[in-house]
Amino acid sequence: MKQTRSKNIGITIYIVLLLTPIYWLLNMSFKTNQEILSGLTLWPENFTFANYATIFTDPSWYNGYLNSMLYVSINVVITLLVALPAAYAFSRYKFVGDKHLFFWLLSNRMAPPAVFLLPFFQLYSSIGLFDTHIAVALAHCLFNVPLAVWILEGFMSGVPREYDEMAYIDGYSFPKFFVKIFLPMIRSGIGVTAFFAFMFSWVELLLARTLTSVDAQPIAAIMTRTVGASGIDWGVLAAAGVLTIIPGILVIWFVRNHVATGFALGRV
Amino acid sequence: MVKIPNNRAWWLVLPVFLLVAFSALVPLMTVVNYSVQDIFGPGQAYYVGTEWFKEVLTNERLQDSLMRQFLFSGAVLMIQIPLGIGIALMMPKSGMKASLVLILLAIPLLIPWNVVGTIWQIFGRGDIGLFGWALNSMGFDYNYTGDTVDAWFTVLLMDVWHWTPLVALLCYSGLRAIPEAFYQAAEIDRASKWAVFRYIQLPRLKNVLIIAVLLRFMDSFMIYTEPFVLTGGGPGSSTTFLSQTLTTMAIGQFDLGRAAAFSLIYFLIVLLISWLFFTAITHADKEK
Amino acid sequence: MAEIQLKSLAHSYSATPTGAEDYAIRQLDHVWEKGGAYALLGPSGCGKSTMLNIISGLLAPSEGDVLFDGRRVNELSPRERNIAQVFQFPVIYDSMTVFDNLAFPLKNNKVPTSQIKARVHEIAEVLEIGDKLYKKAKNLTADEKQKVSMGRGLVREDVSAILFDEPLTVIDPQLKWKLRRKLKQIHEKFDITMVYVTHDQLEASTFADKIAVMYGGQIVQFGTPTELFERPNHTFVGFFIGSPGMNLIPVERRPEGVMFNGVFVPLEAWQNNLLQRVKSDNLKIGIRPEFIEISESPSDDSLEASVLDVEDLGTYKIVTVEVGGQKLKVRQSEDFHSDVGASVHLLFPKQWLMLYVDEFLIKEQQ
Repeated sequence: MKQTRSKNIGITIYIVLLLTPIYWLLNMSFKTNQEILSGLTLWPENFTFANYATIFTDPSWYNGYLNSMLYVSINVVITLLVALPAAYAFSRYKFVGDKHLFFWLLSNRMAPPAVFLLPFFQLYSSIGLFDTHIAVALAHCLFNVPLAVWILEGFMSGVPREYDEMAYIDGYSFPKFFVKIFLPMIRSGIGVTAFFAFMFSWVELLLARTLTSVDAQPIAAIMTRTVGASGIDWGVLAAAGVLTIIPGILVIWFVRNHVATGFALGRV
Repeated sequence: MVKIPNNRAWWLVLPVFLLVAFSALVPLMTVVNYSVQDIFGPGQAYYVGTEWFKEVLTNERLQDSLMRQFLFSGAVLMIQIPLGIGIALMMPKSGMKASLVLILLAIPLLIPWNVVGTIWQIFGRGDIGLFGWALNSMGFDYNYTGDTVDAWFTVLLMDVWHWTPLVALLCYSGLRAIPEAFYQAAEIDRASKWAVFRYIQLPRLKNVLIIAVLLRFMDSFMIYTEPFVLTGGGPGSSTTFLSQTLTTMAIGQFDLGRAAAFSLIYFLIVLLISWLFFTAITHADKEK
Repeated sequence: MAEIQLKSLAHSYSATPTGAEDYAIRQLDHVWEKGGAYALLGPSGCGKSTMLNIISGLLAPSEGDVLFDGRRVNELSPRERNIAQVFQFPVIYDSMTVFDNLAFPLKNNKVPTSQIKARVHEIAEVLEIGDKLYKKAKNLTADEKQKVSMGRGLVREDVSAILFDEPLTVIDPQLKWKLRRKLKQIHEKFDITMVYVTHDQLEASTFADKIAVMYGGQIVQFGTPTELFERPNHTFVGFFIGSPGMNLIPVERRPEGVMFNGVFVPLEAWQNNLLQRVKSDNLKIGIRPEFIEISESPSDDSLEASVLDVEDLGTYKIVTVEVGGQKLKVRQSEDFHSDVGASVHLLFPKQWLMLYVDEFLIKEQQ
């Protein structure tokens, strides 16, 4: 019992330390610039929503959120659609070049985005996809698809092949078996995969910023630009930052049960 | 699992292959192409062979940046792996409390990287940031924009804040997979807490730890956005890591040939070290 | 070594038990004597594993006390109780060798190295895993792993008791028998208190001197295998022990005996006496298939029955007969012959005819 209590104290201290920087951002987002610059206050004394109002009324701000959400969603969908059949193939079949292909896929996860910066810019410009959501979504597939294949392969290997065979005997066609029986069995794997795909696409800035200029610009890029142009509007910057945290919290809330049990089963 | 030989499985893999080939092979060819040419402008390029590679390998600025990168990634692994394991051991096993801790822990992972930089940029400032203010008022002469040591400390602290939760989450799920009977047996065998960790928990964390080490190595080795926002690579170039050096070269100075050669070397280093980690950890197990 | 006493023990897994059905163990008093080899027998879900975990200290009882040699140990952890326990499924430390696995409890107890070595080798010999001592435990087969698990329980010489929780579940039948003999030998050699949980009566009776039969969270009988067989203290014991189990027939009270469906069964005088004094109408008579006699011709107390089925089990036959609407099993020798539908005459020898009131045996007063 004593041990549990010291553990609880330990984890509580860690969580408090973890949340302090975020609290500080939240705190600042409700202050006026005057209050921010005039001295340190632990909570907003002139509580204001003005910073948030600025963001929600200015299209150049809120479009950034919509752009980010859009390309992240496209990315998650593409990632899952292509990775699911591939992971199934890797977990069930031996085929010419399978091992090489698998390692080549994984090696792309190890490629520094900075390496691909310029070639990507030229590639997407030349095919007319520059400054579109699809361009960013495709670029993010570079690191998300290999990771997704890897995670899903782990989960699928955990499902005995007897299930596949049983389904064929019961007269299921392959697509029907895959969608109706197989996918529900690895749904926590799909949850974890979607979580990772969302996470790495949502947090990435380098590629997203390089491949966009106006129409598909992510919120993260708008934040940096605004800081440069109009001096530093700390309050709005903080509010914009807070708003980028919220989608992440929603996603983790949805997959919280899978994350606890899912990570180890699928190796990640 | 015994796998069935079946070449038609290629059809299932084809979409992934095409997609990744499009996103990776085409750009990679471009990079290789650049790396052996000197480019002055559109249509004006000369074949230079391995010149750029020689140049890059002897370039002091790049060597310094590479050293800094190794130092940083090494420090990241040394701090985050043990800390992550420790946090996972402290986390509650089940119930509402466990869900809550899980969600709170994962928050830093889901914050866009430039916002992570912004948060610490604000938090560490002496005038408007709680952290900087607290250190200063405790008598420390702390200023991350002016002092090299402070800058390093802040970048490292930021990365620990940002990424230790990933290690902790991985270890936590590994710990959860250990059946209760093992703890009961250890209790019966009068194992000390250390022995429980050493002989039950650690061996069963091995798989997730391989993943944690690999992911943390790769991602820390490619770090760009967070230190760029926080310190801009400064003071001087004391927190300029490889990705930033490369980006400055390619986009800032448009030095394409050199940047391409550098890119390839960079990529090879990541691949090589990841491979070394992977084989070292998996082989150590096989030999016994 | 210690005497283990359980005093008005009760346990519920629910924090706020509302009725008897919430209890895994109900009001139980029992003593495991020093140095005995005991079996705890019962169907799954009867509370036997719960009781074992309470004895070892993995579980704290909700009510009552656990005493080791008269000392209350409720609050002590397994570590402090100094007890060994072997689980149903093998638990091994897979990063260690077999030797290190077996030595682990001794090392934790700070036993000198030379002594550890001797003791580990001794136990490994007994369990016949001496040649595997320096193999990685991870690479063993399932039953070798379970032997290692058992070895870790047996290796400590100073334990209060060794508890076995269905340790042979994963072992194949041939080896099972051998290991049971082994355990018995180990008990005779080292003279340690052993409690062996099982749902297999054969396993229980080959291992134990005395068996406790558990049913519905209570110990309904504690005795030697012979006692359980000849004088089942509770209808459940009669039903559970023996194969097939005891014939149990609900009956009504009559002068000089009992009656079911128009069939009168006379009882001993003392049984009749006691029967007149109890109020309950929940009466049953019980007789083991082994003790019913069959004859072709009627005699004084015989009951007429018809043969429903004859099952040949190789060395003996099980005959199913019907009398007064009740089906009874009778065990007969291999040379018994009868046609299905034939009429036979049954005899219930009085010394083997048990009378149960409210499921408990009516015993002759001392």
